[in-house]
Amino acid sequence: MTELFKKNIEELHQLLVSKELSAKELTAQTFERIEATEPNVEAFLALNKDHALKRAEKLDNIGIAEGNVLAGIPIGIKDNIVTKEMPTTAASKILENFMSVYDATVVDKVNEAGLISVGKLNMDEFAMGGSTETSYYKKTKNAWDQTKVPGGSSGGSAAAVAAGQVPVSLGSDTGGSIRQPAAFNGIVGMKPTYGRISRYGLIAFSSSLDQIGPMTRTVKDNALVLNAISGHDVKDSTSAQLEVPDFTSTINDGVKGMKIAVPKEYFGEGVNPEVVAAVKEAIKTYEKLGAIVEEVSLPHTKYGVAAYYIIASAEASSNLQRFDGIRYGYRSPEAKNLEEVYVKSRSEGFGEEVKRRIMLGTFSLSAGSYDAYFRKAGKARTLMIQDFDKVFADYDLIMAPTTPTVAFGLGENIDDPITMYMSDVLTIPTNMAGLPGMSIPCGFSQGLPVGLQIIGQPFGEAQMYKAAYAFEQATDHHKKLPVILGGN
Amino acid sequence: MPINAEEVNKVASLSKLELSNAESEVFTKKLQSVISMVELLEEIDGEGVEATFTVAHNRSVYREDVALQANMKEELLARVPETEDGYIKVPAIMDDGEAGA
Repeated sequence: MTELFKKNIEELHQLLVSKELSAKELTAQTFERIEATEPNVEAFLALNKDHALKRAEKLDNIGIAEGNVLAGIPIGIKDNIVTKEMPTTAASKILENFMSVYDATVVDKVNEAGLISVGKLNMDEFAMGGSTETSYYKKTKNAWDQTKVPGGSSGGSAAAVAAGQVPVSLGSDTGGSIRQPAAFNGIVGMKPTYGRISRYGLIAFSSSLDQIGPMTRTVKDNALVLNAISGHDVKDSTSAQLEVPDFTSTINDGVKGMKIAVPKEYFGEGVNPEVVAAVKEAIKTYEKLGAIVEEVSLPHTKYGVAAYYIIASAEASSNLQRFDGIRYGYRSPEAKNLEEVYVKSRSEGFGEEVKRRIMLGTFSLSAGSYDAYFRKAGKARTLMIQDFDKVFADYDLIMAPTTPTVAFGLGENIDDPITMYMSDVLTIPTNMAGLPGMSIPCGFSQGLPVGLQIIGQPFGEAQMYKAAYAFEQATDHHKKLPVILGGN
Repeated sequence: MPINAEEVNKVASLSKLELSNAESEVFTKKLQSVISMVELLEEIDGEGVEATFTVAHNRSVYREDVALQANMKEELLARVPETEDGYIKVPAIMDDGEAGA
C-alpha cells in the first residue's frame, strides 16, 4: 500500500485511466493511509469519507478520460478555505464546528476538475504563525521528524503531502505560509501572483497579502493543479482579468540562457551555513544547465519583516472584527449584555497569537501611531517593490533560500515571537510585492529538507515551473522520502 | 517606544478584548518586543515615497447593482450561536434588561 502513496498525480492518473485502479479504491485507500499515519502526523482537522467515496463512485460510473488528469485524485484543503460539506474553523475555537453555506471558488474549481476533497487540514489559528503550533485543536508534526514542527501556517497541508496522505493539498500564503512549510517538509509549494487565484471563500487574514496555492510532491503536479484553480472570478474584485496559460506547456523547455538573479541579502546573517551551502549548490546546477547567474542587491529586504507585521496585523485587526460572538460559532456563556458578548466571546475565542496581532494592528492604526507605523510600513513596501522592479528589468527569475533554517523543534520558538517571525524573513518580500514565489526541495541539512526559493515576475509562473522542472529532472532531492513514506 | 500595561489594556479595549492581569503582563512584554522590532522602519527616509496599500492589478471594479434572491435564511440562522423565532438571539442590550430600557 505504501507504494501507491509514493505515486504522483500523473502516475495515479495512468492507473485510473487504465482501470488498474478505480477512483473509489484510491479514495478508500487514501482514508486507510490517513487513518494509519494520523497518530504520527496529526495533519487533519476533519475528514469527509462518505461524501468522498460517493463522489469517487460517481466518477467511476462516468469514466475517467485520458485528458482529465485531475479526476479522481484525492486532495486536502487548508481549514481557512470554506467548504459546504465539512466544517471550517481556521483552527480557531471561535469557529468551532462552523459550517459554511457556500464553497470557496477554489473548492468549486477543484470539484469541477474532478479532484476528490478528503478533508480539512490543520494550520496556525487564522493563518497566524510559522509552526502550526497556534492551532486551537492539535499540533501537526513534520513528516521527516515528528519531534520537529511542520512549519506554518499551512503545516497540515505540507505534512499531509510529505507523509503520503494525499498527493496534493491547498494552502494559503500571507508571508510565506505555503513556501516555508513546503521547504520544511521537502515538497513543492507555489504562492502564485496576487490576483492569479480567487480569494473568495478564503477566511481573510491580510487581504492585500493573502493568496491560495497548491502543495505537491512534484513540480509538474503543482503546475497541473494551478492550471485548474487559477482564473478571474467576479466574486473577488482583486482577482486578475487575465487569460490563464497552460503552465505545463513550456515546462520542458529548459533553462539555457535564462537570467537568474541571486540577491546577496538573502544569504546574510541568520541564514544557516548548511542551508546556504545547499542553495548555492542548487544554483550551481542551474549554471551547469546553461542559465546565466549573477549576484544582485535587494537593499530594502531587511525592512520586510517589520513592515509586514504592521501591514498584516492592521488588516487582520479589521478583518477579524466580524468574529464577535453573534454571527458565527462561539459565544461566551458569561456575557450579560451586548458589549460583553463581543468582548468575552473574542477574549475566550481567540488564542494568544491572534489577540497579539489584532492589538498590534489596532495600535498601528490608532491616531497617534498611524503615520509612524502604518504609513511608514506602506512606504517600505513601495521601496521593496521598486527593488524587485529594478532586478526584473534585467533578470527572468530570482533564486534564494526559502527559509533561514531547517525545521525547528516543537515548542522551541513558540514563546519567542521575534524568532518565529524571522523564519519568514526570506518569503515575506514576495507577498509585499504581490510576486509569485515557490519552494522546491534542493538538499538536506541535519537530515531535514532544505528549500530553494524561486521568485518570478508578476504572472510569470510558467517561467518558474520551467526552472523548477529543469532542476527536478537534473537532481534526486525530490526522490528521497521520509521514513513515514518508506524512506530510510 | 516603551509601552506599558495601561496602554496595552487601552489597545485591548479598542480591539474588544479583555486581558487578565497575568495576560496583560505577558502581552506588554511580547508587544514591546514586536514594537521594538518594527521601529527598524524609522531608518527609512520616506520623503517623497508614496505608500503602497494594495498590489491588486484591478484598481476599480464596477458591476450593475442587481438584487438577487438568496433565500438562505434558515441555513444562515443555523450557523449563529442562538436563535429564537427566526431571529438571532443575543443577551439584553441594557445591563439590567428590558426593565431599564
